Amino acid sequence: MKKVNCALIGSGNIGTDLMYKTLRSDWLNPVWMIGVDAASDGLARARAAGLKTTHEGLEAALPYFATDEIRIAFDATSAYVHAENSRKILAQQVFMIDLTPAAIGSFCVPPVNLEQHMRKQTTNVNMVSCGGQATIPIVNAVSRVQAVSYAEIIATVASKSAGPGTRKNIDEFTRTTALGIERVGGAKKGKAIIILNPAEPPLIMRDTVHCLTEETPDEAAITASIQAMVAEVQRYVPGYRLKQQPVFDGKRISTFLEVAGLGDYLPKYAGNLDIMTAAALCTGELFAQRLRDGTLTFPTLKTEAA
Amino acid sequence: MDTKGVKIKLHDMCLRDGMHPKRHQISLDQMHSIATGLDAAGVDLIEVTHGDGLGGASINYGFPAFSDEQYLRHVIPALKNAKVSVLLIPGIGTVADLEMAHGCGIHTARIATLCTEADVAEQHIKRARTLGLDTVGFLMMAHMIEADALAAQGKQMEDYGANCIYCTDSAGYMLPGDVTARIAALRRVLRPETEIGFHGHHNLALGVTNSIAAVEAGATRIDGSAAGLGAGAGNTPLEVFVAVCKRMGIETNVDLYQIMDVAEDRVLPIMEHQIRLDRDSLLIGYTGVYSTFLLFAQRAALRYGVSSRDILAEMGRRRTVGGQEDLIEEVALELQQQQNSRGNMANA
Repeated sequence: MKKVNCALIGSGNIGTDLMYKTLRSDWLNPVWMIGVDAASDGLARARAAGLKTTHEGLEAALPYFATDEIRIAFDATSAYVHAENSRKILAQQVFMIDLTPAAIGSFCVPPVNLEQHMRKQTTNVNMVSCGGQATIPIVNAVSRVQAVSYAEIIATVASKSAGPGTRKNIDEFTRTTALGIERVGGAKKGKAIIILNPAEPPLIMRDTVHCLTEETPDEAAITASIQAMVAEVQRYVPGYRLKQQPVFDGKRISTFLEVAGLGDYLPKYAGNLDIMTAAALCTGELFAQRLRDGTLTFPTLKTEAA
Repeated sequence: MDTKGVKIKLHDMCLRDGMHPKRHQISLDQMHSIATGLDAAGVDLIEVTHGDGLGGASINYGFPAFSDEQYLRHVIPALKNAKVSVLLIPGIGTVADLEMAHGCGIHTARIATLCTEADVAEQHIKRARTLGLDTVGFLMMAHMIEADALAAQGKQMEDYGANCIYCTDSAGYMLPGDVTARIAALRRVLRPETEIGFHGHHNLALGVTNSIAAVEAGATRIDGSAAGLGAGAGNTPLEVFVAVCKRMGIETNVDLYQIMDVAEDRVLPIMEHQIRLDRDSLLIGYTGVYSTFLLFAQRAALRYGVSSRDILAEMGRRRTVGGQEDLIEEVALELQQQQNSRGNMANA
């Protein structure tokens, strides 16, 4: 079946890593990479890989979207730029997969709610945050067994893997991730903490997920649910693993995770960035499959036809 | 440098760093008693926050007896002269927490980052300045980098708007010469009107000595806590530091007898264990581990039947930084598994 054409907005670390993943995809065909810096390494790599590029922003590429049959756009710019990008992209009837912490679209954590988004025909999804992608599946694995009154995650990432965008707006990480823990994870109250560690060689991303259940936890059922969820995530992030079996202490359940990346463009220790691009890729691939098999249509296409 | 006649401000940590040994359970009455005692003794600034700063209430760091807002609203109206500060660690606390504290009437915001990560404090320092707060950039675990690198990070915080930069010896690892080099480097790059501060821990019994070294190199704000109530082997004991300052002719606003009495009559009675230089605290100071890990390591050691010193040493080997308390339980589990597999081999 014909691959679905897509555009990558943003030529930084995330956009470039995602390009390598889409180039390998059976369902997606990256056509455009859109940047704002002519000297960007990402744009040079995109040209070398045969993509069309511009360093003049989305405005310069938009006129070609229709003829190039772009149906999916990945936004790897920043929360502030995303608001404007999102408006322009949706007007072009292109699915938007947002990797910024803008939290304008509905949160998407693939093993938890990607199918729901497909059924609801969501046109703009937001990938929460790196810490959210790594930990929300675990919160959900607990809350689908029994009610979680509070969940808290601590994400520790290598200093080198935290770019200027994250650093300037670290509150957005904590706020957006905490919201995702509640809305997608299913905890009544969520909290997120992020720690940067400058050690050399850089440490692999690690995450701790603490959940407090309302009633005494069913250890066997929760452990099995967490293990099943880890296997789900491993389908798109092979380096995602439990460091220890979940710890039960009264109503507390603690899960210790490590996330190693694939090392496409970003180094393997930057599992925090890889889990974002991998989650976005699998979201894009499912959009593409459903577009091709006809179970998904862009809702505004109908109005256009009418 | 001759310190005779040098004027410095003293900043007490009992009700913030002291929250660590109290497992964040200080009562409102105890807060009131200690804060008013410090105020009457002439302490310039009193920090009141969860031990891990605003927003620190968590499973990871411990849930406090009362919220930051409850503590602040209880203490601030009770003070006559002393001002109240809060600590905020970006990644844990947020600008919204800072705005809450501002609404409670704080005077000083101390925005704390690991010494290599000053740029995560930009939005918080800028907001503190626009709120008109005395704004401090607080560079933690400052032993981890060389003096010039630390000064460059301090300069960044000054550029965001901080009017005072701290060299923070979170691990109590620094020797007096390390302090001198770092304070002097900060003094070289910062604007003359920007103040410099030093925050010590007593894990090598150098809290007082290091603080004097800091003053000699140009620091004018010194952190300590009455009776040393703080993480690890505690902070620089404030009453001792005041006595040494008097002997050296360094001018503080604090009355020696009154601060002695606050330490003895108000702080000592609330201690759950004697804050002293036990072997775990000594290991923390000797290897440069975050002081706050002390009680977490001791609790995990009890739970998993392993040595707290081994846990702390492993935390040091992994080059952990402040805030990574969540790794302690995982390390304890790994040590327990190693211990069990050695036991099995011995039995085989």
